[in-house]
Amino acid sequence: MIYSLLVLAAPTSGHASLTAARFAQAVVARGHQLKRVFFLDDGALTGLAGTITPQDEASALAQWQQLGANHEVELILCISSALKRGVLDATEAERYERNTATMHPDFELGGLGLLVEAMQTSDRLITFGQ
Amino acid sequence: MATTARKSVLVVTRHAHQGSALGRSALDAALVSATFELPVTLLFQGQGVLQLLPEQDCTEAGIRNLRKVIESLPLYDITPIYVDAAAAARYALQAELLPPQAQLISLDRQRQLLADHDHILGF
Repeated sequence: MIYSLLVLAAPTSGHASLTAARFAQAVVARGHQLKRVFFLDDGALTGLAGTITPQDEASALAQWQQLGANHEVELILCISSALKRGVLDATEAERYERNTATMHPDFELGGLGLLVEAMQTSDRLITFGQ
Repeated sequence: MATTARKSVLVVTRHAHQGSALGRSALDAALVSATFELPVTLLFQGQGVLQLLPEQDCTEAGIRNLRKVIESLPLYDITPIYVDAAAAARYALQAELLPPQAQLISLDRQRQLLADHDHILGF
């Protein structure tokens, strides 16, 4: 089965983002295809590269990174949500004349059309909210 | 995009427009889905019904009044919009205060909507 996820939860408030990452790992472990994870609203903060997680807490960023690296899952941050929250790739940093990119390189910025395309091409789309 | 039948989407919006941007994100997701010609249905539940209050001046709060966006939804073929009748009653939203295309529906009818769509986006 083809799955996609919509993550609305911020990585640092509550455990919805971690739950989403674990769900994603389970999807892959069961042999399903995880097509795309779309991070919208506060979920876009997940792609912030500079996040430091205390040693005794699980890092949502690390878990997503692992999924992106090992399973080639597309990790897309909604571009308008990301820009609003200061998560910029090199192109956007240059466009808006900011000093530096702040987005982790395993993520990509994209429009809501990619969420719609994921819905159209996936059997299941699961939302992880606040 | 695949040439198979368009997947239908139910967007459920449960948060008031004050306090979080989720209401706006829900409307954006609904509008973009409609632009890509997916059949979209919108359901307001819980505090989400407060987005439907008429004549709200949000300028002092520095947030957008979503009612105007909601009233434009028929232009994108998102009509009617469905409203949990119990939530509307809880927040004293009488039917005449709601946008013209709004329909108050029971819990049973909401269950039916959840069952009838291919995908559910919960905001």
